[in-house]
Amino acid sequence: MSQESTIFCKNGGCTAKLGPDILSHVLKQIPQGNPDKDLLVGYHHSDDAAVYRLTEDLAMVQTLDFFPPMIDDPYLFGQIAATNALSDIYAMGAQVKTALNIVCFPEQMDLNILGKILLGGSEKVAEAGGVLAGGHSIHDEGVKYGLSVTGVIHPNQILANRQSQIADKLILTKPLGIGIICAANRMGAASTASMDMAVTSMTTLNRYASEILKKYRVHSCTDITGFGLLKHLDEMLDESHSAIILSESVPVISEALDYAENFFLTAAGQRNRNALANKVQFACQNFAMEELLFDPQTSGGLLVCIDPEDAPAALRELNTLSLQSNMIGEVVKRSDYRIKVI
Amino acid sequence: MIQKIDVRGKQCPIPLIEAKKAVETPGIQIVEVLVDNEIAVQNLLKMTKQKGLTADYQKAHDDYLVRIIVQSQDKPLDVLAPVKSTEDHLHSDTVVVLSSDRMGQGDDALGKVLMKGFLYALTQQQLPKTILLYNSGVKLSAEDTDTISDLTLLQEQGVEILSCGTCLNHYQLTDQLAVGEVTNMYTIVEKMNQAGKLIKP
Repeated sequence: MSQESTIFCKNGGCTAKLGPDILSHVLKQIPQGNPDKDLLVGYHHSDDAAVYRLTEDLAMVQTLDFFPPMIDDPYLFGQIAATNALSDIYAMGAQVKTALNIVCFPEQMDLNILGKILLGGSEKVAEAGGVLAGGHSIHDEGVKYGLSVTGVIHPNQILANRQSQIADKLILTKPLGIGIICAANRMGAASTASMDMAVTSMTTLNRYASEILKKYRVHSCTDITGFGLLKHLDEMLDESHSAIILSESVPVISEALDYAENFFLTAAGQRNRNALANKVQFACQNFAMEELLFDPQTSGGLLVCIDPEDAPAALRELNTLSLQSNMIGEVVKRSDYRIKVI
Repeated sequence: MIQKIDVRGKQCPIPLIEAKKAVETPGIQIVEVLVDNEIAVQNLLKMTKQKGLTADYQKAHDDYLVRIIVQSQDKPLDVLAPVKSTEDHLHSDTVVVLSSDRMGQGDDALGKVLMKGFLYALTQQQLPKTILLYNSGVKLSAEDTDTISDLTLLQEQGVEILSCGTCLNHYQLTDQLAVGEVTNMYTIVEKMNQAGKLIKP
């Protein structure tokens, strides 16, 4: 590993996220203030972004996301962090308007590195059709980068998290395996092909999938990040619903299965497993696939609950995009399991 | 022989990979791994279980000591054999491409008979990893065709059978897929790229 990479790349990306159980414990104790009828989506929904109604036909969507590098190349890291931050806007079905840089950077580090990070980030904001409007930088021991993004949406068109309906099909728009591949890469064990595939996935805006999905009857939508597919799915299901996942249909970067079998596993993946301890039933015996379903994704794809009649057409259209989408399961009536993987 | 590993302050997967290396080293009977967080303990126990080994742990001040029993006196040596997925043993990296429901060009009836014979012969020899069906090839995996039994037999032995979704749709066979899974162009290209050998009858 080069000198630069040992300083630059720690256990970054969405694997750096605090575990879901710790987070909910703390958030529960924070007073939510006076209720505001115009706050359409707030943090108690564990949704992707906050939505505030400004007028009858206009709401503002706000989100922010930042993390330490998960990859040695600063330009690509900038692209990935920005793609990831912008993703929450798309998970709500909204349009990106403005973005502000969030930067933590060590004073003594080469400023050209920061330049490359910001360049990568700005390119993704432009691709999203947004304007980079400013930012805030502080001196810190380690590099961190991300964006605060504001988008707009019609209040009636919000794709919230928890509106699943029975018989909905589940569609996932990017392959899983990012966390495990990045872990293998840090140990020098990931193939170039798998890492290229992971980077392509992490730098692909969810804009294109979101724009396609808006044409169909999508009942619920979220993006897959640090909590992994199963935890995000759990947050998406209505209390009266359960879900069945068809493990063989879940798109994965195939090398990630090999790396999981060879135990390139993250702490975040195990935290996600713990957070869902009694909620998931595995009817299939596939250790590597289990790990992928808990694997923290950086800038992962969209997961949607879609009307079963619309699902085949939506899937066909999604698969005209560069990354693989697939139908991975369905929503059923609440059962003795919350999620069953078959 | 006991091997001790101190991976305090190291983040996963480092403790896992260091421990895995140690348990796979010939002659090592016990591996003791010192870690500083419970998540690493859980990951290590997960690994040992998956490798068919036994392990326990105890808390020592703020740290945890995980003890992995690799080989006791009465345990045969073969527990040391690395766990390999059965797929690696059973299958080659050959991919068979069926782009038509007939084999070769000329008489169509003959072509169909040949294709049926080809699939039967395929079940009798070293199995491919994947069979890709596209264009009129998808007719072979649809209900009520005489090739279903051989394709099903191949699938039961672990051969992955993937039919092009666009093609099923084109021939209005989407509801009649009787064996294997639906796939898309991305996967077709990926499977072809990863193939060691591509067979197209």
